[in-house]
Amino acid sequence: MSEPAVTSANHLTKRPLVVLDAVDKRFVDFAALDGITLSVAAGEKVVVCGPSGSGKSTLIRCINQLERPDAGMVWFDGVDLVAASSRDLRRLRTDIGMVFQQFNLFPHLTVLDNLTLGPMRVRGLSAREAEELARRYLERVHIPEQADKYPRQLSGGQQQRVAIARSLCMEPKLMLFDEPTSALDPEMIVEVLDVMGELAQTGMTMIVVTHEMGFARRVADRIVFMDAGQIVEDTRPETFFTAPASPRGAEFLDRILNH
Amino acid sequence: MGATRLALLLSGPLLLSGCSGNLKWYVVSPMTDAGRANLLFLLGGLKYTLLLSFTAIVISVFVGLLVALPGISGNRGLRACNRVYVECVRAVPILVLILWVYYGLPIVMGISVSVFWAGVIALALSDSAFEAEIFRAGIQSIERGQLEAADSLGLGYVDRMRYVVLPQAIKRVLPPLGNQLVYMLKMSSLVSIIGMEELTRRANELVTAEYRPLEVYTVLVLEYLVLILIVSSGVRWMERRMSDEER
Repeated sequence: MSEPAVTSANHLTKRPLVVLDAVDKRFVDFAALDGITLSVAAGEKVVVCGPSGSGKSTLIRCINQLERPDAGMVWFDGVDLVAASSRDLRRLRTDIGMVFQQFNLFPHLTVLDNLTLGPMRVRGLSAREAEELARRYLERVHIPEQADKYPRQLSGGQQQRVAIARSLCMEPKLMLFDEPTSALDPEMIVEVLDVMGELAQTGMTMIVVTHEMGFARRVADRIVFMDAGQIVEDTRPETFFTAPASPRGAEFLDRILNH
Repeated sequence: MGATRLALLLSGPLLLSGCSGNLKWYVVSPMTDAGRANLLFLLGGLKYTLLLSFTAIVISVFVGLLVALPGISGNRGLRACNRVYVECVRAVPILVLILWVYYGLPIVMGISVSVFWAGVIALALSDSAFEAEIFRAGIQSIERGQLEAADSLGLGYVDRMRYVVLPQAIKRVLPPLGNQLVYMLKMSSLVSIIGMEELTRRANELVTAEYRPLEVYTVLVLEYLVLILIVSSGVRWMERRMSDEER
């Protein structure tokens, strides 16, 4: 298998962790993704933004194959995910953490059990090892005291931090965030963004779909701006925020920053 | 409790009218030796009613789950198998199924089936189709996000079902599952037709011996009433306990 080269000029030296090549995804008569080509290097933090319906979520859902592309290739860590057997796909997915807009915690399990399920059933850790791991990551997201509660006893911000910890317990190589703060009350957005910022500092590779432009400016190495299923701009945050190259990008920024 | 009041309300007029001489309550009166013996004889059937119903419901829950899973698979052939099973089994009346299992199955299979197991098989078979539909609905009611979360953790099909989907689905289907148990307790009376010594059969036998159908069958009604009220309050208690856990 030949591995496609990194296309982004400033990351030629780094090994690509994720490569999408000419990915198309259609929903009935609507093209959610239209010829997406994107490469993300290990350790890179990419923020994906764009108007609603532009295909941002579909893009990151194609990376862990929650959506199967209609055409094109998706490579993760040198393996073609589209062609992977379901067994291989399952193994590869453990290396890709996913944080959802609606948290998707398991409501019938305590916080601790939410965190230990994957490590025990998928990674084969013992109950003691898994619990140690879970408590370590709960500490990382600043809610060690909530271990024995059920998700519905927590605030939205706390639930989302549990969801982040749950993904981290799989010790993934890549973390995907699908609008992680869009379902949160404003006062809880900060606590989640802070946790994500701290995670970025550990060197984790992150692809984040978000409307939080402050976070994008602070944390992102690259901004990917999408519209109508296409990548319109793929550039450094300072370039995007100060001098967007496309009229669509400028219009989007104008609307989101000056509302 | 409302249930006890209802039972008293129903039995009150019957007992009172017995004083007029039209009803011979002594047949089932706990005050006389003969009445007590008759009552104990009637109550003796309870053991078999319970054994029959609970064995059948346990089997039908397992069979129902096994039938439900292909019903939600992405494979068209598997889904068709599920439909055929559910539609065919549901179409046969339970009484007919009991007769066929008891008189027909031994010939077809070349085995002997006891009255008890014939009853269990027929009840479980008939109920499994309903259980399958209940489980299918329960599993399909689980939000997509739960499946996606399980998938993104790398859980396989079995783990996903066992740890994520079924615990939530079962909680949701507990009320209809409880209804099925109550239904099963009532339907077990049909097994009397092949000679199972459960509540209804005992009552029939006593009626033949004493020739007091009204009195004996009234006791039978009360037996089922009390039994089912107890069981349904048990189901409600379980539902409450399970929903408390989440709070």
